[in-house]
Amino acid sequence: MQRRGKRRTPFNVARPDRFQIRSAEDVRRVRQEVQVRAMKLGFRAVDQTKLVTAASEIARNTLDHGQGGTVDMEFVERNGQFGISLTFEDRGPGIADIAEAMEDGFTTSTGFGLGLPGAKRLVHEFRIQSETGRGTKVVLVRWS
Amino acid sequence: MEEIPIIKLGRSLLVSIQIDMHDRLAVALEDELSEKLVETGAKGVIIDISGLDVVDSFVGRTLANIAGTARVLDAQTVVVGMRPQVAITLVELGLTLPGIKTALDVERGLAIVNATQGETADTIQRGPS
Repeated sequence: MQRRGKRRTPFNVARPDRFQIRSAEDVRRVRQEVQVRAMKLGFRAVDQTKLVTAASEIARNTLDHGQGGTVDMEFVERNGQFGISLTFEDRGPGIADIAEAMEDGFTTSTGFGLGLPGAKRLVHEFRIQSETGRGTKVVLVRWS
Repeated sequence: MEEIPIIKLGRSLLVSIQIDMHDRLAVALEDELSEKLVETGAKGVIIDISGLDVVDSFVGRTLANIAGTARVLDAQTVVVGMRPQVAITLVELGLTLPGIKTALDVERGLAIVNATQGETADTIQRGPS
C-alpha cells in the first residue's frame, strides 16, 4: 500500500511493462508509451524528446536487425533520483563487432548509421550485450 | 486510412506532418510528392514538422529522400517549424540533414524558395548561349 506523502510512482515498480516489437506500428507504440512515462515522471520537454528518440532508434534496430523482440519499461530510483530504464531484447543474429557498430557512420544500408551511437548520446546510461547467433540486449536509462 | 495532405502554395508544395510517421506513410508521402512535383512543376517543397515531437533517423531519412527526389525534379526542399527540443535532440543524435535547408516557419521557407527561383531565372537570362 502506498503511504500518504510518499512520491507516487507513475507505473509499476515491481514488474516492468513489457511490449512486443514486431512491426513498425509496434515501434510507434513504443515511442508513445515512453513519452507517456517520461511526461508522468515530469521530464522536461527536451528530455522527453531525447529519451523517446533514443528508444525509437533502438526499437527500430530490434525490428530491422534483431528480427523483432521486446522492450521492458521500468521506473527506477537511485539516491532519490527518478528515471526510466528501457531494456530491449531480441533473439536475432546478434552483432559480431559491437565496437564497430558503436562507431558513427557504421550502417547496414537502411539508415544514416546513427542508431546505436546516436541513442547512446541521448541517454545517461547505455549498456549493450550481444552474442552472434543468440541476440542482442540494449539497456537505456535516462534520469529526470 | 491516414494521409498527409499536400497543398499547392504559390510555386511550392506545402506538406504539414502532424502525425507520427511510420513506414507506409513515409513511402506514400515520397511517392505522392514526386507525382505532384511533376504534375505541377512546383519549384519548392516546404515540409512543416511543427507537429512532430520526435524526429528520429527514420524520419530524417524520409526527409532526406524527399529532398533528394525533389532536387532531381528541379525543386528545393525546406524543412520548417522544427521544435526547439527536436533541434537539440537531432544535433545530439548526430543527424545534420545534409542538403536540406531549414527555416523557422512556412513564410520564411517560401521566401527561400522564391529567392532561389529568382536566382535561377537570372542565371538563365544571363547565361551563355
